[in-house]
Amino acid sequence: MKLITVSGPPSSGKTAVLLKLIAQLQQSGKNAGVIKFDCLYANESQQFARINIPVKIGLSGNLCPDHFFVSNIEDGLSWGHEQKFDYLFTESAGLCNRCSPHIKNVLAVCVIDNLMGMETPKKIGPMLRLADIVVITKSDIVSQAEREVFAFRVRQANAKATILFVNGINGQGTFELSRLVENAPEIITLEQERLRFSMPAALCSYCLGETKIGAEYQVGNLKKIDF
Amino acid sequence: MDKNINTAEILLSTVGSLENEFAFVLQYFSDFGIHFNEKLQSIDQRLNELTPDEYDDLGISQEQLLQNFEQFLQQKFSGQKEDNPIQSIRILGGHNKSGEAENADIYLSKGSITSIVGPTGSGKSRLLADIEWMAQNDTPTGRTILINDELPDISLRFSLEHKLVAQLSQNMNFVMDASVQEFLIMHAESRNVKNATSMVDKIILQANELAGESFTGETPLTSLSGGQSRALMIADTALLSTSPVVLIDEIENAGIDRKKALQLLVRNEKIILMATHDPILALMAEQRLVIKNGGIHKLLITSKAEKNNLKQLETLDAQIMELRQKLRSGEEINST
Repeated sequence: MKLITVSGPPSSGKTAVLLKLIAQLQQSGKNAGVIKFDCLYANESQQFARINIPVKIGLSGNLCPDHFFVSNIEDGLSWGHEQKFDYLFTESAGLCNRCSPHIKNVLAVCVIDNLMGMETPKKIGPMLRLADIVVITKSDIVSQAEREVFAFRVRQANAKATILFVNGINGQGTFELSRLVENAPEIITLEQERLRFSMPAALCSYCLGETKIGAEYQVGNLKKIDF
Repeated sequence: MDKNINTAEILLSTVGSLENEFAFVLQYFSDFGIHFNEKLQSIDQRLNELTPDEYDDLGISQEQLLQNFEQFLQQKFSGQKEDNPIQSIRILGGHNKSGEAENADIYLSKGSITSIVGPTGSGKSRLLADIEWMAQNDTPTGRTILINDELPDISLRFSLEHKLVAQLSQNMNFVMDASVQEFLIMHAESRNVKNATSMVDKIILQANELAGESFTGETPLTSLSGGQSRALMIADTALLSTSPVVLIDEIENAGIDRKKALQLLVRNEKIILMATHDPILALMAEQRLVIKNGGIHKLLITSKAEKNNLKQLETLDAQIMELRQKLRSGEEINST
């Protein structure tokens, strides 16, 4: 089974791209499942069910979604193997831009959109910088010039990645994306594999449920702005 | 230091020596959150100064950053070396949705206009995607694309510098919060254009010739009218886009001189494809591709009779434009 991690800022079009991509893979006789990681709410199961894509949803609640992802990915992989998928996609929203969901030796896709602003590629960390494929969406509504500048800036942040424009609504570009995904490595186990970069760290009193403000309540891994 | 960019050499250069011609290097690192304060320090020294913890905060390791930098430099300059302009694109037919052969062998040459007609869902987008992907009998249509009559280098499929198709459509808008001038300079810089300011002036001048109402470099992008936006997009694509093929998806008649717009693209030796059902635009093209059931159904060469009809249509069009102008200036329309 091929495992592909798909990540990207909220509402960048991850689900739309996945739906079109998997429909394309299904046409060539492959089957695929999705594990959707989210924070508070995820209602995409119906959209996936409509084209017969088995989906599991994991809500991280008050935990860092990134940490939640990595502590569940192995079980997710086993589920995929049990279901005898050809492809297993994980979808996770990068909520703090310092997220780092990509695993070494596992095909990593980052989805971002043209409407996020020209500075956005600089603001996203390992999720964008260390992805193998960067999918840019919502290209049909901005000017050619803005697309070119945006793509250039994405490449500045990640020169190694293949950059691809995909239209999540009409599916333009999904055929090309499916050809890239076909080359993803087969993953049997993730034991001993590593993340491509450390995840955002946090271990302070607020992680453990503290709600009061003030120096005496701040304990643990803290950082101060130099005003 | 010139075209032969040597990463090691750049890394050993001092910050001060890079400030002019290689300011983009300093910009590159500062975009990753690494700033330079000492002019006599080399880039390498600065990068070594940072601790692993600091790299952790930046969200990239020193090794990953250096790898990315090297690749970035390579790509930045790879597009410039090559001087093999695209003269023609040739489409060798595959099959339609029912599997019937297309029997097509179509040339699109630079400075020429081809219109594409056919109902929604007939396969216009797929045709364009085949061109962009440089299909080699490896797409659902089985088409093959030749460039300058040769098999293309498909390793360039994802190269930004070699992107074949630029698109212009009715739905596109400028969304950036910048002035026309600021934005065009940004675009020129991303393309490594040497004399950015004179290029920007040229684009604005050309765009104003296409648009009914003129704008300046100071005008914010987002306050351009529909016609002005379209005019700017076309002038920018004609002069600043690297893509040899331009796809135009219906340009409406309001606020832009479509004939001049097409001439501008032709003068800049673009290969123009135009999806349109507007008779004037369709007949301005030398040839017309009819798409049906996912395949190229036929190729029509615009005949003399059609060109004559175009003249009549243009006269009609001019009359309607005149009426519009009258309405705009508050006159009554008593006779036509």
